[in-house]
Amino acid sequence: MILRYTFFRMLMLIPVSFSISVVIFMIVYLLPGDPIDNLLRVGSSPEDRAKLVAQYGLDRNLVVQYFVWIGNMFQGEFGQAIVLRRPVADLVAQNLPYSLTLGGLAFLFSSTVGMTLGTISAIVRHPVLDRMMRAFILLGSTVPGFWLALLLILLFSVKLGWFPVSGAGGWQSLVLPVLTIGFGGVALVARVTRVALMDARREDFVTLLHAKGLSSGTILFRHLMPHALLPVVTILALRIGWILGGAVTVEFVFGRPGLGSLLIRALGQRDYPVVQACLLMLALAVMLGTLIGDIAQAAMDPRVREKKS
Amino acid sequence: MLSVRDLGVAFGSVQPLSGVSFTVSPGETLGIVGESGSGKSLTAMSVMGLLPLIGGRITGGTVEFDGADVTKLPERAYRKLRGGKIGLITQNPMTSLDPLQKIGPQVDDVAKLHMGMTGAEARARTVEILGTLRIPEPALICDRYPHQMSGGMKQRIVIAMALAADPDVLIADEPTTALDVTVQAQIIRLLDDLVKERNLALVLITHDMSVVAQTCDKIVVMYAGRAVEHGPVEAIFDRPRHPYTQALIACIPRGLDDATRLTGIEGTVPTVLNYPKGCPFHPRCPRAEAICAVEPPEFSVEGDSAAACHFAEVAHVQPA
Repeated sequence: MILRYTFFRMLMLIPVSFSISVVIFMIVYLLPGDPIDNLLRVGSSPEDRAKLVAQYGLDRNLVVQYFVWIGNMFQGEFGQAIVLRRPVADLVAQNLPYSLTLGGLAFLFSSTVGMTLGTISAIVRHPVLDRMMRAFILLGSTVPGFWLALLLILLFSVKLGWFPVSGAGGWQSLVLPVLTIGFGGVALVARVTRVALMDARREDFVTLLHAKGLSSGTILFRHLMPHALLPVVTILALRIGWILGGAVTVEFVFGRPGLGSLLIRALGQRDYPVVQACLLMLALAVMLGTLIGDIAQAAMDPRVREKKS
Repeated sequence: MLSVRDLGVAFGSVQPLSGVSFTVSPGETLGIVGESGSGKSLTAMSVMGLLPLIGGRITGGTVEFDGADVTKLPERAYRKLRGGKIGLITQNPMTSLDPLQKIGPQVDDVAKLHMGMTGAEARARTVEILGTLRIPEPALICDRYPHQMSGGMKQRIVIAMALAADPDVLIADEPTTALDVTVQAQIIRLLDDLVKERNLALVLITHDMSVVAQTCDKIVVMYAGRAVEHGPVEAIFDRPRHPYTQALIACIPRGLDDATRLTGIEGTVPTVLNYPKGCPFHPRCPRAEAICAVEPPEFSVEGDSAAACHFAEVAHVQPA
């Protein structure tokens, strides 16, 4: 049943990825500016310009350009960066591990800490704890990452000197970025977990579970948690996509290499192939995240499993 | 045997239930009737010791089970009673099973908890019980999920859970309200048979007077969180002495005669926050007099039955 569901769910990726690739391909052409301008020396002639345009194939029909591009993508050929003058694949391969480490750690941090906090705040109904929790959730969901990053740098790096201000040198350099990205995630996951658990507890069948003579602990772990996990998994799945994309500004503030930094730099230079490759990676991560989320939902909820297969 | 005496329930400073008493013996069916909001379900939750779950507490009276008051029982000990000695059947079978778990394990739990059975023994027991409840292919049903079954089937599963540990008392809170009419009759007949076969004491909570007339030995009529009349079912139906009971009986549809219009009771049940002074029914009562608004009526006993009405002595002479 679950295999069947997975198969059909993956079929849906085909039209989705096609649309995404078209959008990514086109969006670059909607941006003002032109990478050729960046490459031309001052005082170059229109002929020099035309030569460069032809060299990069930018004079061809857009549709032809798209198919050339997507065809190359399929062969793992991301092309040559126009401004950086290196293979795009190299640039991505170089930056991807940094983003994966940072995003992966932030994901682990926010899901474990968030779920724990959410569960505690749903079970322990203490008014003071409750208010602290709500304040934390509000802060976590509203404070922008780049600003939090600056505050953390000021306190832990400049004042206390515990962690480096920027760069990617060992685990110390990861602590502050992980905290920055994770903070919002913890608050979000905690909030969803808390609400989901409290909702689950109000379900009719809980009365009957108590009536069977089950203990509150058993009811919590065997019945309420699986229910609460359904929305939590949805949120976590969305954040899988964020592992790569969520760190864009934070990487920038901490001066870390990564897909986000690469994307921002490439955008500034109108380096089309790099921008396209980065966007494609980010979109892929989001698609993969939702795919994992949907399959997880189906694995946990028999009703989902049946509806779509 | 289950005996409830002068039960009172409060939520904070609000007292939605007071002075409710009844007894049920093995092989006997007691009906608790009344409109929505009369405190029927609260009574069930109190007996199950589940009030804390909804934020309520017992403020007075006793709930005796086999002669011992269980209201002061610590939670751990109460858990042995729940599902073990007292089974509960709830109102809406659509939402009373965990949708994420298969039927089998949900029923197995009861035998594992209360009869110390292992997984395989408990499953054998589940299959047996489902069979006695006339569920076709019980072994296959165990591997189904709740959403794959009809309402009537699910209610049978709920009944199976309530019966799995061979309880002495069964509390059925509106067991048929959410079901189709044809299924309603089946479930009621099933419960009736179970009482006889297993010598169960059944507390049947319902707002359906015709169900009560068919199945119950005794009834308690509740209104606004109080018992207003109780007694053997024949006596109550033959000679209802409380005007509210009379009105409820008058509401039972009789036949499909075009000339007879369906009757109702004027007004609505008061909410917990504005229970009337004196007799709670007086604002809607056809024969209310000045005293009714001031003095809460005492029970007037006649034979095995009693009615809390100032005019109970004369009330059975129905107004023309």
